[in-house]
Amino acid sequence: MIRVALLVAGKDLRVERRSRVLLWQVVPFGVMALLLCGLALGSAQAGHSSAAPGLFYLVVLLVALLMINRSHAIEATPGTRASVATLGLDPAGVFLGKAAALAVELWLSAIVLLAGAVLVLHTALHGTLVACPSILVTLGAIAAAGTLYGALTSGGNAAATLLPVLSLPTFAPLLIAGERSFYSALHGGALLEWWVISLVALAVYLALGILLYGVLEES
Amino acid sequence: MTLEGTSVVLHDAVSMASGFPLLSGVDVELHSSSLTVLVGANGAGKTSLLRLLAGLIPLSAGEGSVLDMDLATVDRRQLRRRVGWLGHEGSFYDDLTVTENLVFAAKALGRPVDELPTVLERVDLSGRRDTVAKQLSAGQRRRLGLAWLLLRRPELWLLDEPYASLDDEGRTFFDALLGDVVARGATVVVSAHDPLRSVHLHPRTLSMAGGRIVSES
Repeated sequence: MIRVALLVAGKDLRVERRSRVLLWQVVPFGVMALLLCGLALGSAQAGHSSAAPGLFYLVVLLVALLMINRSHAIEATPGTRASVATLGLDPAGVFLGKAAALAVELWLSAIVLLAGAVLVLHTALHGTLVACPSILVTLGAIAAAGTLYGALTSGGNAAATLLPVLSLPTFAPLLIAGERSFYSALHGGALLEWWVISLVALAVYLALGILLYGVLEES
Repeated sequence: MTLEGTSVVLHDAVSMASGFPLLSGVDVELHSSSLTVLVGANGAGKTSLLRLLAGLIPLSAGEGSVLDMDLATVDRRQLRRRVGWLGHEGSFYDDLTVTENLVFAAKALGRPVDELPTVLERVDLSGRRDTVAKQLSAGQRRRLGLAWLLLRRPELWLLDEPYASLDDEGRTFFDALLGDVVARGATVVVSAHDPLRSVHLHPRTLSMAGGRIVSES
């Protein structure tokens, strides 16, 4: 399972490095969204606003939806799907590999977006750094859940529409936990409790993915 | 159920998808070391039959055995590891290079990657090893698909319209390679709109219509 996971993650990251969709399409879109949020708040308000963590996770959500669709689109050609299926890869390993690659992509995006949040939304640098572990875990959970939902919706004609509709109820608690822990890191409060929620969610979605990914692929 | 020297046996095989019959009673036996061509119009069931043999769609009714594995009970993932698939729309990752695609396939199957240079030489892609797949011509993409299969060395080759958009040179190359593969004992099933032009391969031609085999020549 781990061997397959490393193979699939390496392949997905190599595809991403070569296609540069994240670099030239998704991250600039996220930075632009953050910039508009900063302009909407105004420079005087931004530093003191409690909205910054929520705006950060709103942009992360949009980036995540784009990247989840992208992650499954590279497998979506019928010929590729059939010939890769005939490799007989362990579905649990495929899930872990795709989720790991997606998590890495989201973490890389988050580095740029956090820098943007500090510059544009004027979030405190120390608080932002304190929030990093919880952001890592929350994005990992989003990657795991997103990989599951991506498999559920991929191949359909309306995948791009179905993915947000189906996944938002799942993402909502993750985003709230992430936003609360980021807020607590910036303004003080119960950081650990929200972090634990994200950690439990990550474990649950990893377990669900390992168990269910093969069934979703077959269907 | 499989007879000696027989790779595929289907008896009244039916395959359904969303209540729609993709195959509606296929009877056929395919022998090892043979080349079979499935011909028929669009929607005749050629690709569905290939997909059933590859374990990509389930057998809904009837009986079937592929490479001594009963289609009704087999873990289809095990069957898939023993067959090779080449689709006409490309069978690999467009954003990876020729070498990266083949290394991925080899590692996925636990095969040594040191066979790569030989395989690339065999399909005349040595000079294109670092080219990204989407930059290859139609003929070169088909050769990459063949390299993927040569690396895998499957017992059953399933080729879905492999001649589509190939020029005469590409067809000749393809025919020669298929001849070699069959001579080495593999069973090859090819779908095509028209019978093969190459007569020296002595293919068995099965005509399909309405999800079943209607004639043989």
